[in-house]
Amino acid sequence: MRPDLFEAPDYYNLDDLLSEEHKLVRDAARQWVKRDISPIIEEYAQKAEFPKQILNGLSEIGAFGPYIPEEYGGAGLDQISYGLIMQEIERGDSGVRSTASVQSSLVMYPIFSYGTEEQRKKYLPKLAAGELMGCFGLTEPDHGSNPGGMTTNFKDKGDHYLLNGAKLWISNSPFADLAVVWAKNEEGRIHGLIVERDMEGFSTPETHNKWSLRASATGELIFDNVKVPKENLLPGKNGLGAPLGCLDSARYGIAWGAIGAAMDCYDTALRYAKERVQFGKPIASFQLQQKKLAEMITEITKAQLLAFRLGQLKNEGKATTAQISMAKRNNVDMAITIAREARQILGGMGITGEYSIMRHMMNLESVITYEGTHDIHLLITGADVTGIPAFQ
Amino acid sequence: MKILVCISNVPDTTSKINFTEDDTKFDTNGVQFVINPNDEFGLTRAMWFKEKQGATIHVVSVGEVSVEPTLRKALAIGADEAIRINTIPTDGLFVAQQLAEVVKNGQYDLIIAGRESIDYNGGMVPGILATLLDINFINTCIGLEIEGDAVTAIREIDGGKETLATTLPLVVGGQKGLVEESELRIPNMRGIMMARKKVLNVVEPTDSIRGTEDAKFEKPAPKGAVKLVDSDKIEELIDLLHNEAKVI
Repeated sequence: MRPDLFEAPDYYNLDDLLSEEHKLVRDAARQWVKRDISPIIEEYAQKAEFPKQILNGLSEIGAFGPYIPEEYGGAGLDQISYGLIMQEIERGDSGVRSTASVQSSLVMYPIFSYGTEEQRKKYLPKLAAGELMGCFGLTEPDHGSNPGGMTTNFKDKGDHYLLNGAKLWISNSPFADLAVVWAKNEEGRIHGLIVERDMEGFSTPETHNKWSLRASATGELIFDNVKVPKENLLPGKNGLGAPLGCLDSARYGIAWGAIGAAMDCYDTALRYAKERVQFGKPIASFQLQQKKLAEMITEITKAQLLAFRLGQLKNEGKATTAQISMAKRNNVDMAITIAREARQILGGMGITGEYSIMRHMMNLESVITYEGTHDIHLLITGADVTGIPAFQ
Repeated sequence: MKILVCISNVPDTTSKINFTEDDTKFDTNGVQFVINPNDEFGLTRAMWFKEKQGATIHVVSVGEVSVEPTLRKALAIGADEAIRINTIPTDGLFVAQQLAEVVKNGQYDLIIAGRESIDYNGGMVPGILATLLDINFINTCIGLEIEGDAVTAIREIDGGKETLATTLPLVVGGQKGLVEESELRIPNMRGIMMARKKVLNVVEPTDSIRGTEDAKFEKPAPKGAVKLVDSDKIEELIDLLHNEAKVI
């Protein structure tokens, strides 16, 4: 892969809206991605392997639970800092960002928000340090967009719960030390349980042959009469709203992350278009290429503004699920469109691993599907503006 | 050992350079500022002395409030305290006079400044500073070891290296080689969190001579079109050099 020459586009001087600390956090993540991710990520994506050696670095830049309070090992940062870190990591690779999103929003967030004080103290500092890695089990083979239909269940056996069922499409599952699993109790109510790697009857087979998120480990969670201690139940919230609360946090991070992927594709295409000469002049001088580049920077700028405003709302505790859906849907769609257009600007070179674009494009095919599909998010907005849910 | 690292706040090398106010002022709009790379090599070497020999590091910059993010980054990397001298840095003599006052008040053993800043490339500050303080000075320093008061330093000279022995107190003009690029630090989250609580003192400038002022900036003329001449048409090339470029 070529040297990483990335220069971040900031067409509307949005940096002026960021605090000194936002920029310090963002720039540290940006430098780290350039130093530790860019040189290796293509190789790991090609061999479909997660680069485990980066876990310590992810922790060092604060990618694991940056908004978790300092007393639990987090950095106590605001939501805009979290977004900026996700943006920079996904600028490197959506798969790496997925690992950080899962750890932060789908593992640390529920333990912090719904867990007991003992659970917080036991797990959060180690999760923040990357000493423990987590995954999140909601989706099932037969229940994707309709998670409320899940069949994974647990029974009260007096001194423990007995967990049975299976989860699919679980990022980090093959190497995770623990899983936050959503399952129904005997009354059909959804609860969160912390399942640890060494519990008998728990296995995590890896999903192979993906054409997307190849540098991220994806797998299943299988529970075959797993005895889960009662103190591993997350007591703070139950019902479908509990896992959906985690998804709000993760989707918010994705709305920022997608901007990173788009910025990388745009920056690569812009540089290539100015250097690549055809018909005696750079292809950037041709109107059709300029149209692509002009539309890209316009869409990136709009997405940046959407994410920034959403970050302000999140900081104030006012962001709604529907607002987060809009940003996730818009920004991921923006990124995948830019990846496809940028790939065309690079012509044949765009399909090689010399450049990051095709890897981003393939990654984004997962990102546009996971954490609420593109269509489901549209229906969330539809339901929000009409008051009539179309998918129930 | 008490170390002062002098930090210049400079535009990132990828910045687009423009001027305003009738070409008398640098246009900072949209420009990202960073720690001057020569200073960053010095700061990184200072961190080594902190970690291995228990040194204390202060960082100082001459500038308005806009330099504080750069100082905060130095604190996040590991400096213990920062000082901002609240005035616009105009030239090397002025900056060195301001820094000399800080050194006198702070009783530093080692002062590391970059050999030159990458914006105006004056290359004057460390030399003038050492002169004002009347202490030892090693410029273009690419290696620095300290035991007690004894200093062994390596200086880059034309075509080679020179190893020097001297003593503290000392001013060093640092550059790449003091540490390598791969050793430069990215502030980690713990450092960023600790930097929140570290002291950033703002001090007012002393009366000093401003030796020069910016009268006008000019960008180099844009490059003209390039004519390519086939390698087998030497005569055409000679003709163009004679009659069109008029250089031979």
